[in-house]
Parts: sequence; C-alpha cells; structure tokens
Amino acid sequence: MKKRHRKLLFIVIGMAGLAAAAALVLNAFSSNLVYFRSPSDVAAGKVNTDNPFRLGGMVREGSVVRVPGTLKVSFVVTDYEQDVAIHYDGVLPDLFREGQGVVTEGRLDAEGVFTAHTVLAKHDENYMPPEVADALEKAGKSADGSDLSPSATP
Amino acid sequence: MSVIKEYWHKLSSAKHFYPIAGALLPWFLIPALLMLIWGSWQGLVVAPADYQQGDSYRIIFVHVPAAWLSMMAYMVMAINGAIYLVWKIKLADIVAESAAPIGASFTFLALATGSLWGKPMWGTWWVWDARLTSELVLLFLYLGTIALRGAIDDRQRAGRAAGLLGLVGAINVPIIHFSVEWWETLHQPATVSKFSAPSMHSSMLTPLLVMALAFTLFFFAVLMVKIRAGILEQERHSRWLSALYAEAPETTTTYSPEGEPGRNG
Repeated sequence: MKKRHRKLLFIVIGMAGLAAAAALVLNAFSSNLVYFRSPSDVAAGKVNTDNPFRLGGMVREGSVVRVPGTLKVSFVVTDYEQDVAIHYDGVLPDLFREGQGVVTEGRLDAEGVFTAHTVLAKHDENYMPPEVADALEKAGKSADGSDLSPSATP
Repeated sequence: MSVIKEYWHKLSSAKHFYPIAGALLPWFLIPALLMLIWGSWQGLVVAPADYQQGDSYRIIFVHVPAAWLSMMAYMVMAINGAIYLVWKIKLADIVAESAAPIGASFTFLALATGSLWGKPMWGTWWVWDARLTSELVLLFLYLGTIALRGAIDDRQRAGRAAGLLGLVGAINVPIIHFSVEWWETLHQPATVSKFSAPSMHSSMLTPLLVMALAFTLFFFAVLMVKIRAGILEQERHSRWLSALYAEAPETTTTYSPEGEPGRNG
C-alpha cells in the first residue's frame, strides 16, 4: 500500500512539475510560437523588420487594387489600429477577399511597404448557410454577431 | 494475504472484462455505424453549403471528430498508463496498448483531412503554426509509445516505459486545445466550445455532433476488439481461457490458447 501511494504521489508531483516547466518554457518562447505579427506590433517596433516575417490581419475593405493583365495585387492589412500596405505577385487563395483575415509572408521595406511572397487566407470559426449570412448582413451584423463596420467601434 | 488478494484481483479483472468487452461491442458498433451513415448523409448531402467556403467546408464532418478523438484516445491511453504505473493492473496496460494505434489513426486522419482542406482554403498544405505543430507532436507521441513498447521484450517493463512516455506526453493535449487561443495561429479558433454558443448554424452543427458521437462510439468499439485481442494474447496460458473455449466446442476454428488447433474440437 505504502509503495503504491508513494508512486501515485511521485506521478502527481512529477506531472505538476512538468506542467509548470512546460508553462514557463511556452511563456518564454511565446514570441516565437505566434505564427504571425499584427500591424500594431510592427508600429510598436516589436518586430525586427530587417528580417522577413509574417504579418497577419484583415484585408481593409476597398483596398484591393489589381494590376490588369498580371497577378500583381496590392492591398492594406489592418488590425483596425494600424495599417500596412502589401504588394504581392502571385495566386491568391480561395478565401482571400476584402474584410477577411490573411497571413502574409515577406519583408518590410524602408517606405513601410510590405512585399509578400506568400499570402495565406486565415479563416474564422463561423460556419453558416449563405441565406443566414445574407440575413445577418441585412441586419448590419457580422458573422459573430458584432457590428459589421469596425471603423464605427471605438 | 494481500499479495494473494492482489494476484487474484489482477487476474480476475482481465478474466471478467473479456466477456464484458464482447457484450459491449455490438452496443458500441451498431449505433456507431448507423450514426456514421446518417451523419455522413446529412453532412455531405443535406447540410447547406457554407457562405464563405462553399462545399469545401464539408471536410469538417470528418476532420473535427477525428481531431477530438485523437485527443480523447490519448487521454484514455495516458490515464490507463498511469493506472498501470501505480496499481500494476494488467488490464489497464492492455487498454493503454490498445488505444495507441487507434488514436494514432485518428491523429493521422485529422492531419490529412486538415491538409487537404488547407490547400484550397488557406493556400497551403501545411504551416508550422502552434495548432498544426502540436497535433503533429501528438502523432509522434503515439508512434513513440508504440515503438517503445515494441522495443522492450519484457511485457512489464515495456508497459511501464510506454506508460511513462504517454503520461509525460499528456502535457501536449491541453497545449493542442488552447494553442489557438494562446498564440496567433493560422488555424481558426474552436467553432464548438463548452463555454460559449457554437459559431455554427444548427443545420451544420447537428450532423457534426452526430458524427462526433459516431466517431466516439466507433473508437470504443475498436477499443473493445483490441482489448479482447490483448487479453487473449496476455492470458494465453491461463486456465480460465482454456476453460472458456473448451466449453464452446463449436468454435473449433477460433484461437486455441494452448497453440494446438483442434484440441478443443
């Protein structure tokens, strides 16, 4: 009996210690564990812009400009606090559209223009039939029930 | 005295669980198959297309249940590994051993279906974000426990080593679950979570939940089959097993515990 209890105690303490260690390690490396940085991070100087990095946010409504006859496209990625202009030459994923999330990979130049070599669409967690989405839009709500126009929110 | 009691307890649990697992099997398997058929029909044909993704979202009906089961099977494996480490119950070791390949299959299915969906939707087969990477680590943990068990000849030592590795790896399960909340990931946050209303229309949610239940029942059905096979292997020299099959002379083609086919016939 005694030995069993000792073993159980050892496992409980061991797992607690392991969880604590994992928490500390993950916390310490959290800046490396995020997949992308936001325009606010860039503006706040939290990103080393000498190196390529991933920039994520929403495609600002009305910002997408395509160059006719080419795959070249420019748009603005925003987190509704800060904006970054993106230049990209390549195929865009199916879910790329204005007002949707994207993650772009590339470099920021001295003028503050981000030249992307990869653009990935970031999907949100909302699923609904088109009719429901239309009804929501008519009511002026976004998919998660919040107000659709983010510029109106403080 | 307690040693003798323990011995009988250990032996009896496998002995008693063998027919129980056999009796439970149809109760898991039949509803699982019915729900799989109904859920697949509802999810793949009846449910409406998504407003953003069109029909491509339908992979969710396989992907999300597989991902949930990959974590649940791991917890079944880790908890049984811990029980074996502390109480040395042989049946727990058999359960842990049985859960590993099933869980690994679900993990592979979740990764493969996610990758197939990711290419058209995200624009990439794979990214090293926290969710995808931690799920891949889960697959390696499964394969690690299977390999570790296979590398050690002594059954007891193999069970203890695999149990310990499985237990240590359990740290990864909450990391997978919360990765989409703790860090910015390409993978979207949870659609269905315990603490808030699901971000999914009910016409899609119902088949998803039915499929999740079907996957869960299917997991337990396969687990029962594998546990029975594990008990047969471990108890192959035991008297109760010989007696069990000696009583049933019509089962001449089934496994003979003494390794002499036809002995019972």
